[in-house]
Amino acid sequence: MDEKKMPLIRVEDMKKYYPSRGGIIMHTTGYVKAVDGVSFEIYEGETLGLVGESGCGKSTIGRQLVGLERPTAGNIWYRKDNLDALYRNRKEMRRVRTKLQMVFQDPYSSLNPRKHIYDILAQPMLYHHISDKAYVERDILKILDMVGLPKTTLGRYPHEFSGGQRQRIGIAKALSLNPEFIVCDEPVSALDVSIQAQILNLLKELQKELGLTLLFVGHGLGAVHYVSSRIAVMYLGKIVEYGPAAEVFRNPVHPYTRALLEAVPVPDPGERKTEHRLLQGEIGNSTNPPAGCRFHPRCPYAVEQCRKETPMLCGIAPQKKEGTGGQDRETAPAHMAACPVALSGLEEGKHG
Amino acid sequence: MNSESYMQTVIRRFRRHHLAAVSLLVLFVIVAAALLAPVIAPYDPDELAGPFSGAPSREFWLGTDQIGRDVLSRLLYATRISLLVGVMATVISTVIGVILGLIAGYFGGVADMVIMRFTDMVMSFPYILLVLVAAAIFKPGLWNIILILGFVDWPGIARLVRGNVLNLRETNFVKGNIVAGMPLRHILFSEILPNTVAPILIYATSVLALSILDEAALSFLGQGVQPPTASLGNMLNGAQSLTVLTTQPWLWIPPGLVIITVVMAINFIGDALRDALDPNGC
Repeated sequence: MDEKKMPLIRVEDMKKYYPSRGGIIMHTTGYVKAVDGVSFEIYEGETLGLVGESGCGKSTIGRQLVGLERPTAGNIWYRKDNLDALYRNRKEMRRVRTKLQMVFQDPYSSLNPRKHIYDILAQPMLYHHISDKAYVERDILKILDMVGLPKTTLGRYPHEFSGGQRQRIGIAKALSLNPEFIVCDEPVSALDVSIQAQILNLLKELQKELGLTLLFVGHGLGAVHYVSSRIAVMYLGKIVEYGPAAEVFRNPVHPYTRALLEAVPVPDPGERKTEHRLLQGEIGNSTNPPAGCRFHPRCPYAVEQCRKETPMLCGIAPQKKEGTGGQDRETAPAHMAACPVALSGLEEGKHG
Repeated sequence: MNSESYMQTVIRRFRRHHLAAVSLLVLFVIVAAALLAPVIAPYDPDELAGPFSGAPSREFWLGTDQIGRDVLSRLLYATRISLLVGVMATVISTVIGVILGLIAGYFGGVADMVIMRFTDMVMSFPYILLVLVAAAIFKPGLWNIILILGFVDWPGIARLVRGNVLNLRETNFVKGNIVAGMPLRHILFSEILPNTVAPILIYATSVLALSILDEAALSFLGQGVQPPTASLGNMLNGAQSLTVLTTQPWLWIPPGLVIITVVMAINFIGDALRDALDPNGC
């Protein structure tokens, strides 16, 4: 891997607060802090997996990246450009929009029920001059072939397709604009289990073939692990652990990550752990998040310090030197976690 | 590709409503008769052709009115005028309602608040009073009646469209097209509007029926279409007198029947459309 590779997407301390309104006379009574200071990078050609419980802000991040919403604070860099600045310029915006695409969670509502698949796919391509009238049908057929759909798809309406087929059409729609970066917002969680694997494989193949960069948002750890080269684990608007997928799965550091991994069902009865430390309680309130570490009310290892200090993401020295991508960067360690307690425990374990 | 197109589905479902199918036929005959009035009317509607208040006879199938005009000829022309008022008023109120509803629903915020409060205001006004005052200020006449009725009937459509747009704005296919960088006009008119045409169409049928009734009411009160132009409402005008009501039924039964038939047919058609256009139906 190229050492001084530029990240394709760089997010710097992104915050997204939604005002919550209430009272007899409507006024802003507080803010839902959906995303509260998140930074990460996505390199060209990789897949960053974003995992967390429902409501932790992972989909919100996706929406900011494709420009459906603007972050309350912080910056998003696309190559060398600040997205916020790009969006102020209409012409630039038109250019950038096509490069950042999205695949939606619910394939049933992501296609206009009144339009033929041909119109759904052709209209954006024609508008952006990615194709012209003479060639558009040929171009669409090429894309449909890539996502594994037959020619007859063109003249049909969305309601004639199954969930998996619609998701393929959704992927085709994203691909049709020649994007560099695609946000996959839980693309398989609305599908049958048997179809999920097909769609995941399709995404992996397409990424390899077209050199796409993906942000894969999901709450199924298995799916995220399968497609991602790196993983960020989110809890209540913050990233709690961040690192190469293999590393995070092999040596989870943050107690939340560990809890998530322990919750993954083990298909082999012999391998089944005797003790399950399942998480107690609900995800906290993002209007008024717990002070200090946001995970402390549910954390089995919480100490006094956790209630007071907000932990920062700190690097974990890799136990074995490995040639995994991005690991040999000098500036930032590859695997980071926001839990001083677990990190110091790790240090002690090493010395002892 | 042997799939049924959307239109075919709608037609198939519509035909299951026998009452509506008959209504459509009846309405077709009435509209055709109205449109062909100059060809099929036996007399000039304003011509004093026969005896005063003559009973139906071989020459005058539906009799003559107080000043000797042929009732059948006047009825044909009146249906024409009444349908024109109804259709034009519906078109105007639908256009106003759709535009305001789209703006309020899609942009939200201040635009939404201003438009919806204005809508509430128009809705809460006793509209017969509004129409009477308006008709008194602007000289009553065909086009003024159309404009007045058109302006009174839009709030329902505006609310309906706004509600639908609020839902559609949050759907993934609209968001997907925003992400795809499609221009606002495409999103409003090619993505959102086609998905809200069905409820608009259904609502418009009831507005059409109402407009025809309103025109009749206004003309009956003398504030609508002015004589000598015949409209279904001002033909009923004569029925304000007790003698006409009791001894000359040919003056008020025919226009009354036409009003009832047209309004009922339109409402039956609206009902059938509601089922035929239902996206969840089969």
